[in-house]
Amino acid sequence: MNRKALVPVAALALTASLALAACGEGPAAETAAPPAGTFPVEVEGTLIPAAPQRIVSAAASHTEILYAIEAGGQVVATDQFSDYPEEAAGTPKFDSFNLGVETVASFDPDLVILSFDPGDLQAGLAALGIPTLLLGPPVALEDVYGQIGALGQATGRIAEAERLIEEMTTAVEGVVTAIPAGAAITYYYELDPTLYSLTSRTFIGGLLARLGMQSIADAADDGSGYPQLSGEFILAADPDFILLADILCCGQSAASVAARPGWSSLAAVEAGRVVELDDDLAQRWGPRIVDLLREVAGAVHGGETG
Amino acid sequence: MNPEKPLRRVGPTGLAVALGLLIAVLVGGVLVGAVGLAPGRVLAELVDRLPWVSVDSGLSRQEAAIIWDLRLPRLVLAALVGATLAAAGAAYQGVFRNPLADPYLLGVAAGAGLGATLGIVSAGAASPIVPGAAFAGAVGAVLLTYALGGVAGGGRAGTTLILAGVAVAAFFTAVQTFVQQRHADTVREVYSWILGRLSTVGWTEVGLLAPYAVVSVVLLLLHRRLLDVLAVGEEEAETLGVGAARVRLVVVLAATLGTAGAVAVGGLIGFVGLVVPHAVRLLAGTSYRVILPLSVLGGAAFLVAADLGARTILAPAEIPIGVITAFVGGPFFAVVLRTSRRGWGP
Repeated sequence: MNRKALVPVAALALTASLALAACGEGPAAETAAPPAGTFPVEVEGTLIPAAPQRIVSAAASHTEILYAIEAGGQVVATDQFSDYPEEAAGTPKFDSFNLGVETVASFDPDLVILSFDPGDLQAGLAALGIPTLLLGPPVALEDVYGQIGALGQATGRIAEAERLIEEMTTAVEGVVTAIPAGAAITYYYELDPTLYSLTSRTFIGGLLARLGMQSIADAADDGSGYPQLSGEFILAADPDFILLADILCCGQSAASVAARPGWSSLAAVEAGRVVELDDDLAQRWGPRIVDLLREVAGAVHGGETG
Repeated sequence: MNPEKPLRRVGPTGLAVALGLLIAVLVGGVLVGAVGLAPGRVLAELVDRLPWVSVDSGLSRQEAAIIWDLRLPRLVLAALVGATLAAAGAAYQGVFRNPLADPYLLGVAAGAGLGATLGIVSAGAASPIVPGAAFAGAVGAVLLTYALGGVAGGGRAGTTLILAGVAVAAFFTAVQTFVQQRHADTVREVYSWILGRLSTVGWTEVGLLAPYAVVSVVLLLLHRRLLDVLAVGEEEAETLGVGAARVRLVVVLAATLGTAGAVAVGGLIGFVGLVVPHAVRLLAGTSYRVILPLSVLGGAAFLVAADLGARTILAPAEIPIGVITAFVGGPFFAVVLRTSRRGWGP
């Protein structure tokens, strides 16, 4: 009963604060301060004439970064995978796999952020005079910090971006320094049930290397960093841990792995060292990459780490 | 017109050679793999399972699992798929008297592709419903082709059926592409299914395919004499009391059953059904009494060998088996075509 009675009050308070915000801050219906960078500014070769107020983000990673640096109020549309934070999930959506110039232009954006170009999209938008940033997948944590910095500059959230980079750096250091020294822990990282994996050379592999972990796929690198392994190879390598990044996408689990032909003989399966990762965390390079690191460190090194 | 002669001449030798080839690639397949295991130990491990024999192979638990749970089921499955596809291809070529006929002629591939794509999109690539969906799609497409061929008139004559198959395949492929486009995040799963996969199979898949493969191959083998009669022409066959349409229906159903099963567990593996029967025909004679049994053995050996390549060439990474069958099968077929003096036809 009490909770029910509280709802209208809370709603009223929310409406009031929104109204206040709307009065005080113009179009950005957020409590954050207005963007404070210098404009025009050139970021990654793209000229941005004024502080963007209508940003279209075509990748979940960048959406998460934008909201973390308090530029969320400037975002008008996001791709179908942008579901975090909650405000981002509520923005108008589009399909980033089949993205055309017209779709993007229909949101009347003053800044577009892409993680990949499905084909001349950037050029097409440039022809319409819409500034577009293409920030591809990173290969190291430093690249993520670089992208956060670039997005800070592009949105006028320079101080917020610097703060986020500092927070993340500190958090990563915290996790890494708590790792006990010892021999490298081997792991098999599963991207999908057809046994695609990743090497220590990749972004995720590089993060895990900071935790004293080495991918068994290193011996099978085909140059891409993401080789498809054979079942034989995985059984013979007998890794210490199995990390599953295909829980949400492909319905895998510790149980389904144990049921695969021959896999019950693996030490990791027998000892219950199969870690089910959050696919979304594992695929994105936003601020929550720290959470992924904590999750793996906790699972691999147990209670010894924070 | 006497189809007995070539059979008498090459039959027993051909069968022995094909059987020897199959046994050789099977032994090679169990000994060689992505992981190097000492051949002596592998053989000891195999012998150890024989009744009243106990040999310590010295293999670890994981290494023993590699042999029993990965290599052996995969070899058996490759052999079953290869045998089924080659038999179906030979039967199709005979029943339609068309050298370009392969098991996918009447829309099996497109139907299975649509079924598998729908399954992958709705339940994920690893879901057990995917093989069932692919099987249903394959059978559904062929039934539709038959229905369409009947409606189009021509009494389900060979050419009408082939054209109906083209229409059905085009339609199913269009729907499949559309569904795939709407779910672009599953493109890789769909694509890897289309390229064929034996990489993650176990005894479960062998159990799924075996009944279909056996029934299909046995039915086709039983029809090898009738295929010889059909080869001289439909009208001539009718005068000999053989109903071309009825034989065609039974052969197509049997081939479809086997092909649908093979496709459901192994994905779309091209080229086996087209090339193996032709190679056999060019090397051993034009009678289906020779072509069918030799295609069964040759198809099994060819696919086991192709899978061996898929597993080892880039080891520990894998190459899609469909790439190997086309890459090796194409030039191999060209050589056979070049060195043989026999042409197509009865």
